[in-house]
Amino acid sequence: MSDFYEVGPAEPVVISTRVDKVSPKARREHNVRAAIVIAIAMFCLLPIFVMSMTAFKTRSDAVSAPPKLLFKPTLEGFVFLFTERALVPPARAQELLASDTTDLSLFERVALSSGQEITGPSDYVGRLKNSLIIAGVSTIFSVVLGFFAAYAFSRFDVPGKDDLMFFILSTRMLPAVVVTIPLFLMYRQFGLHDTYQGMILLYTVFNLSLAVWLLKGFIDEIPLEYEEAALVDGYSRIQAIFKIVLPQAMTGIAATVVFSLIFAWNEYAFALMLTSDKARTAPPTIATMLGRGGIEWSAIAAGSLGFLIPVAIVVFLLRDYLLRGVTFGAVRR
Amino acid sequence: MAQIELKQVEKLFGEKYAVKPMDLTINNGEFVCLLGPSGCGKTTTLRMISGLETASGGTILLDGENVTWHHPSDRDIAFVFQLYALYPHMTVRDNIAFPLQAEGMNKDDIDTRVSEVVDILRIGHMLKYKPGKLSGGDQQRVALARALVRRPKAFLMDEPLGALDAELRETMRAEIKALHIAQNATTVYVTHDQVEAMALSDRIVVMSAAEVQQVGTPAEVYYDPANLFVAGFIGSPGMNVLKGQLDGDVVRFLGNNNTLPLPARYRIPLLTTLDADKNVIVGFRPEAGTINADGSMQGEVYAVDMHGAYKLLHVNLGDVPDTHEPTIVHLRTDRMASNPMGSQLRFTVDPAMMRFFDPKSGKAILPSQTDQTDRQPVEVLSTTAEGQA
Repeated sequence: MSDFYEVGPAEPVVISTRVDKVSPKARREHNVRAAIVIAIAMFCLLPIFVMSMTAFKTRSDAVSAPPKLLFKPTLEGFVFLFTERALVPPARAQELLASDTTDLSLFERVALSSGQEITGPSDYVGRLKNSLIIAGVSTIFSVVLGFFAAYAFSRFDVPGKDDLMFFILSTRMLPAVVVTIPLFLMYRQFGLHDTYQGMILLYTVFNLSLAVWLLKGFIDEIPLEYEEAALVDGYSRIQAIFKIVLPQAMTGIAATVVFSLIFAWNEYAFALMLTSDKARTAPPTIATMLGRGGIEWSAIAAGSLGFLIPVAIVVFLLRDYLLRGVTFGAVRR
Repeated sequence: MAQIELKQVEKLFGEKYAVKPMDLTINNGEFVCLLGPSGCGKTTTLRMISGLETASGGTILLDGENVTWHHPSDRDIAFVFQLYALYPHMTVRDNIAFPLQAEGMNKDDIDTRVSEVVDILRIGHMLKYKPGKLSGGDQQRVALARALVRRPKAFLMDEPLGALDAELRETMRAEIKALHIAQNATTVYVTHDQVEAMALSDRIVVMSAAEVQQVGTPAEVYYDPANLFVAGFIGSPGMNVLKGQLDGDVVRFLGNNNTLPLPARYRIPLLTTLDADKNVIVGFRPEAGTINADGSMQGEVYAVDMHGAYKLLHVNLGDVPDTHEPTIVHLRTDRMASNPMGSQLRFTVDPAMMRFFDPKSGKAILPSQTDQTDRQPVEVLSTTAEGQA
């Protein structure tokens, strides 16, 4: 044993779970770094913070200038988001408020306090469901198809490989607005307008180019020897892909999933043009809330908050793979 | 265990030969090294045997069965890669068990087989780790274990020690050799390191420029190179080769007044092979020269390398008239001998160690089989205890 406890470490200790072992300089530097990271994170999260606040504000609080930081929270935004309402005549409203309100639900009471009566559920939940189905399925399709295409491009002598790769990329070159009108006409003709199939097909095709390019890069990084080892170990190529390539491409797959999902999830222009009701997704729905009898900022904020959650969950679930992706290539393999 | 036969096997990449048609038979239990500079086609040959590369022509027989078009997984051959190719997402144990799982073996049998090879290679303490945590030597041990566990017909190794540092390489070389002797498994080993090839193999296949230059035991390729490439490639430094002219009983060297007596057993073969100009190339190993004041060879010490156990002299026999390049031969001398740079010396060459090459084809001219004078004693190199008995 050294005389560590009396004298302390010979060299300044930079990282330790014991605070008293870390040299003051290293601790200060660590604190500075942490403060910078927190400041950046705060700055990035500011819009979400404002959005969350607005979701709990009343109509008048939401538009007040300067914005109120202290306010009485209300569920008005959420009530407006999830329900269709009708105005109640003021006399009837007084009467209802005066009577016992305990048999009314929370939502009904909130609606009544602003002089409204709930007439039925809004289409927000259905639209969110549409978004989930369309974005989810198209992401799965584009990642699965993209993975196999990328594998083939990476490992086989595909004739005209470079030209094909460029062709795949070129499908992404026209801005969405330019292609919506021809697509609209085609979709009308083929009966794909306002259908899940149509939207899933469209988003899959749109994400596929990204998926192929992204995944090819990741598969290129996986040394060929691993598969060759599996081949001589007695596995077929398809088994080698599933047992060897797939686990090692997980970082790339996670990144591709997130990119594809975010695109399909946020997509607005196509959804607005190519859907009307059955397959309409959340982004155009939230946007159209702007129009109906004054701007319901709190309802929009509440809707956006709900819209944010699924993507946040997916990224959270894939965080380990994504973080490994950040350090990809930094370690000698 | 198995016999591997290559019949006129070739590989073309586009129009270019990666391996020119070659014949090779690797016997059951034999350790054969494919040795050559990088890009000579040795790895391609190995990959064709494994099935990772398809042959452009010819047939590959494994125990008499034509496997030329078999999938690698159907050949029952194990491959050890230079960079180990251990699956990074699996533990060491799973890596070793992986080939057995392909056969659909049940769990108990897998456990028995894994613990067997783990004992042989002494890697029991690292089974739970991922390969990334292990040192290079340990990773290669695991890779060997993964190859061994299947009890394949043959082992193919592609520079398995190439990524290790010098000291470890020597240890692992001894381990591979011990392993081969214990298992007596047919092994084909690719390396560019002649020390490795010499130390490990029963036979060496020297390759260069997509062609087999010579197939022979380590002693054969060292003492009796088939051509000038092998003469220069094997040994460090390689064989000394000098351009000369046959003049009666002596060989006269160009550009200086040196001569060497012609060993009797070479007289008739040389006279029948050489052109009218009698030009010939003489080769001898550095250790064949002896410093001797009465020697027929004379030169100036150009440089001296201390190798610890011996000194290597670079002797300039005289500048080439046209280019003024020195004509250097290497001589091995005692470490205590003093031959300062610039000093003159004379030396003789052991006639038993002299070799002759045809300057046109570069091929060795073989001595007469009937004339046994000056013949070097036949060296028996055996690696096993049984072999020496």
